[in-house]
Amino acid sequence: MDDQPIFERIRADIDEHPVLVYIKGTPMFPQCGFSAAIVQALSMLGAKFKGIDVLADPPLRQGVKDFSNWPTIPQLYVCGEFVGGADIVREMYESGELATFLKDKGIELAD
Amino acid sequence: MAMQAHEIESLIKDALPDAQVTIDDLAGDGDHYAARVVSASFKGRSRVQQHQMIYDALRGRMGDSLHALALQTSAPDD
Repeated sequence: MDDQPIFERIRADIDEHPVLVYIKGTPMFPQCGFSAAIVQALSMLGAKFKGIDVLADPPLRQGVKDFSNWPTIPQLYVCGEFVGGADIVREMYESGELATFLKDKGIELAD
Repeated sequence: MAMQAHEIESLIKDALPDAQVTIDDLAGDGDHYAARVVSASFKGRSRVQQHQMIYDALRGRMGDSLHALALQTSAPDD
């Protein structure tokens, strides 16, 4: 797959923000339960994160699915690495793996 | 657009013949399912890769005719 221009924008976003989540809606007003679930998991851990609303940017909404070869939104990236969607992040959160993973990546969590 | 549980199961089994597949219909609307898939082909693969194998098996329907598929994947005796 040749490099789509949107991929550069995505790379810049995920490099700029250590914890970045592409969601439907905003962290304050998620527009879908799965997006809300990821926002809640990160908030419960007190991790600072950037939320980008793909509903406001249709090319980005498709571009991020192609970029990660992952067909759904939300998508979580930590330190430029795709971590997963709602299922994987919920599984990681519930087992405590998400907190460990974030700390190992040097992300500050509220105690 | 929607899908039937048996369609999801047969697509997954086409791609992963050894898979044990359990599907729960979460909303009765043909759009929201949960699936538990156990297959030896997941061995040594990350969770993201395991889920991507399922999405590939669904041949583009995920996020299209199928809105939500809560996935749990594992290799046998994982």
